[in-house]
Amino acid sequence: MSNKKNTVFLILQDNEDARPIIEAVEQDNPDANIQYQPGMVRMEAAGRLLVNRVTVEENLGREWDVQELHLNLISLAGNIDEDEDKFEISWH
Amino acid sequence: MSIEISAKSITPVRLAYGNLERRFGDKKPASRYQEAVYDIQPTTNFQYRPLWDKNHDIYDVSKTAIVMEDWYSFADPRQYYYGSYTIARAKQQEVAEHNFAFVDKRDLFDAVPEAVKQAVRNILIPLRHVEWAANMNNCQITDECYGSNFSSVGMFNAMDRLGMAQYVTRIGLLLDGNEEATLDAAKQAWMEAPQWQGLRHAIEDMFVLDDWFELMVAQNFVLDGLIFPLLYDRFEKKLTQEGGSTIAMLTEFMDDWYKETVRWTNALAKVTAKESAENQALLSGWVAKWTDRLSVALEPIAIEAFGDDGANELVEVKAELLDRLAKQGVTV
Amino acid sequence: MPAKKLNLRKRYELLTRGMGWETTYQKMDDVFPYDSFEGIKITDWDKWEDPFRLTMDSYWKFQAEKEKKLYAVIDSFAQNNGQTNLACASYLSAIKLFITGVTPLEYGAHRGFAHLGRHFRGDGARIACQMQAIDELRHAQTQVHTISHYNKHFSGLHDPFHQFDRVWYLSVPKSFVEDAMSSGPFEFITSISFAFEYVLTNLLFVPFMSGAAYNGDMATVTFGFSAQSDESRHMTLGLEIIKFMLEQHEDNLPIIQRWMDKHFWRAYRLLALVAAMQDYMLTNSPMSWKEAWDVYFVENGGALFEDLSRYGLKMPKYHELATAESDHISHQVWSVFCSLGNATGFHTFLPTEEKMDWLSEKYPDTFDKYYRPRFEYWAEQKKAGTFEYQKGLPQLCQVCQIPMVFTEVQTDPMQISYRVTEHGGDKYHFCSDGCKDIFEFEPEKYVQAWLPVHQIYQGNCGGPTLPEVLDWYKFKPEDSGDYIGSKDYQRWQEWKGADKKVKQA
Ligand SMILES: [Fe+2]
Ligand SMILES: [Fe+2]
Ligand SMILES: [Zn+2]
Repeated sequence: MSNKKNTVFLILQDNEDARPIIEAVEQDNPDANIQYQPGMVRMEAAGRLLVNRVTVEENLGREWDVQELHLNLISLAGNIDEDEDKFEISWH
Repeated sequence: MSIEISAKSITPVRLAYGNLERRFGDKKPASRYQEAVYDIQPTTNFQYRPLWDKNHDIYDVSKTAIVMEDWYSFADPRQYYYGSYTIARAKQQEVAEHNFAFVDKRDLFDAVPEAVKQAVRNILIPLRHVEWAANMNNCQITDECYGSNFSSVGMFNAMDRLGMAQYVTRIGLLLDGNEEATLDAAKQAWMEAPQWQGLRHAIEDMFVLDDWFELMVAQNFVLDGLIFPLLYDRFEKKLTQEGGSTIAMLTEFMDDWYKETVRWTNALAKVTAKESAENQALLSGWVAKWTDRLSVALEPIAIEAFGDDGANELVEVKAELLDRLAKQGVTV
Repeated sequence: MPAKKLNLRKRYELLTRGMGWETTYQKMDDVFPYDSFEGIKITDWDKWEDPFRLTMDSYWKFQAEKEKKLYAVIDSFAQNNGQTNLACASYLSAIKLFITGVTPLEYGAHRGFAHLGRHFRGDGARIACQMQAIDELRHAQTQVHTISHYNKHFSGLHDPFHQFDRVWYLSVPKSFVEDAMSSGPFEFITSISFAFEYVLTNLLFVPFMSGAAYNGDMATVTFGFSAQSDESRHMTLGLEIIKFMLEQHEDNLPIIQRWMDKHFWRAYRLLALVAAMQDYMLTNSPMSWKEAWDVYFVENGGALFEDLSRYGLKMPKYHELATAESDHISHQVWSVFCSLGNATGFHTFLPTEEKMDWLSEKYPDTFDKYYRPRFEYWAEQKKAGTFEYQKGLPQLCQVCQIPMVFTEVQTDPMQISYRVTEHGGDKYHFCSDGCKDIFEFEPEKYVQAWLPVHQIYQGNCGGPTLPEVLDWYKFKPEDSGDYIGSKDYQRWQEWKGADKKVKQA
């Protein structure tokens, strides 16, 4: 097996609601590549990408339910692990 | 670059989709309800027969004995399409959420007499299985029915029943501080206690009905028409008198839901019966068959709920149901 | 007594499991009669794990929020005549193809998932399918609502559902979804959730919706992205169900591999229409079909199948061919539509100079060599008034039902790819080995196909002449033909001012 990590991605709508989430992804995934495309923001990383509830809440200044992510989600690639504290995408 | 466009140059060339113009005329714009539910389902030139049912097309009017010249004669009086439906339910769930949180935070169950709590455990909590079955049956209707107006109303109803099964489950959890004992006991009663077996037997027989419209009658006209008035209305009033008003707070969703739902089942009964004497006879036969069967099945539960008054309460509820259906043209 | 706190996972489990029961008055096999005939072996449905733990109350809450936002945009779009902000009215050909070809698929998915939502034996899988069934109903309804405003101002959008059942090129999506719907539940979910939604849906929605944003169509962007927020759940369901089936029993692998091969090819052929939309119908394209294919299939699909290789699942058969074809199919399909533009329910138009330069840049190996000369020749003919639409009807592939336009891209890109097989004494024709394989595995199924061209010849489509057929389709005279000079064009010129130079002119 190769060590090369395949790309996972998360695409959100490019709007105000998504900003704190995008910023949280930037903070928690320093290696993520973030591309702004018409109407949407594509965030990709090698092997794993994490959205952390606590970081989003800090950016947002209020409580944030991880399931609110779905309001602005456009697409993703990878296996999902979602619980109260995080939304994580990875390839095995 | 901004362009000045005079209002006059932007007159529409038509006001509605062609199918709606043909149904309702071309003089005014169609409503969102009309756009969302009419004529979306394919009707002809099907490519392949289902592998498991070579006798029917993918959508097929002959999956029920009911015959309608136009399967879109029925309109939902609530005019629900997905958006108006979810927005309505979101409001109701907000109230429900508030009520559950309130009961939880104030420990309101502590003040409820143990006898009332036990009655809730015995009578209301097993209804989560009944709602679950109603979810399956309405999903079956959505699967088998003819027309996008039916699949739409069937789908909303199916999801409502899942939602209510989940609310009943939450009452069970709240009763026991999130322990599962109540849910387990209710399941055991549902599977084994003699008083529930007639109902479970009838419901399992409904699972294998061939005719989706008969299932519509059995589940949404008859079973709901007995259970909601009997248990969510009359029984809850009894519990309230006995100190259990907290329970009523937690089943407000079901009360509101049933009042709303009766409107469309009435409208459906009316339109279907009016179509032909044959339809009317089919509906009457199914209503008779299932009210007989289900009222017998519910009797032991009525007696457990109301004691000596149980049989009488059930008779009254049944009479109300038959009376209401008769007003729609379905006489037994 | 303080209540114990339930975490999301446990709470969800209690709210979705244990409500169903093992029936005793009726046999489980009679209550769930359809989940075993395909040969998929499930030993323990309880092993099914939902990736997203949505209870109905949160479903209503979140979905209502999405709907409120969406309808606010639709309302303001209509009030402000948002259609005047489009890059060009010719762009609407894409929307015309979308509502006639894609919206009915959403409805089919709604009914198909309702079937699974009732008939899968596992409680958790049933709930996941029901949620998708209602989501897909949402997509059909919100698309009708959004596009309603365009219908009030433009041609070709007035009868999508009547047309879906009849029109020659709409049998491509119709036969695709009815193929899945007439299959068993496990094959259906492999087709729709995995092959279509997980592997390929990004190719339909992301570039297309991003393209809508690029062309000033804020209404379509809004419903598209709003639908995509549900799609992420659907894609994940697709991946989870595949893993679930593969983990349940080793005998499932060959069945799933065959379905994967079949439905990948089926869905990929359907997307040939999207390729043409993306490269040609969009006035300005943010991304070419080939670029989208490289990102969303070669790269992501590659990662996905690498992940699944631990179960023994391989990349779908003929994927190399699909990648080789990505240099060609958009040009080939758009050429067919242009040459039969008198029989399409949307306007066709030749690519502008600017568009052709963009195509040359995006397709350096193929566009100038094979396709530019054709478009330039037609442009000259149009100028000279000698252009004629193709006479006679094209032969359709028995499986994908696309006219025979694809070529032998790996050997001779000018040679039409053409396959034939015999069954029951009759000859059947195919566009590719992929389609031929599909037929040969289930000939009894595909001989039933309602092929629009055959049906026209048999006199089942309104009459023998083109006007009669078009009338039977409910195409109005102003729906078809060249964009330039059409009613849409004239209206657009009026709005934009006749003297203003319009891109397409
Ligand atoms: Fe969809
Ligand atoms: Fe979907
Ligand atoms: Zn083909």
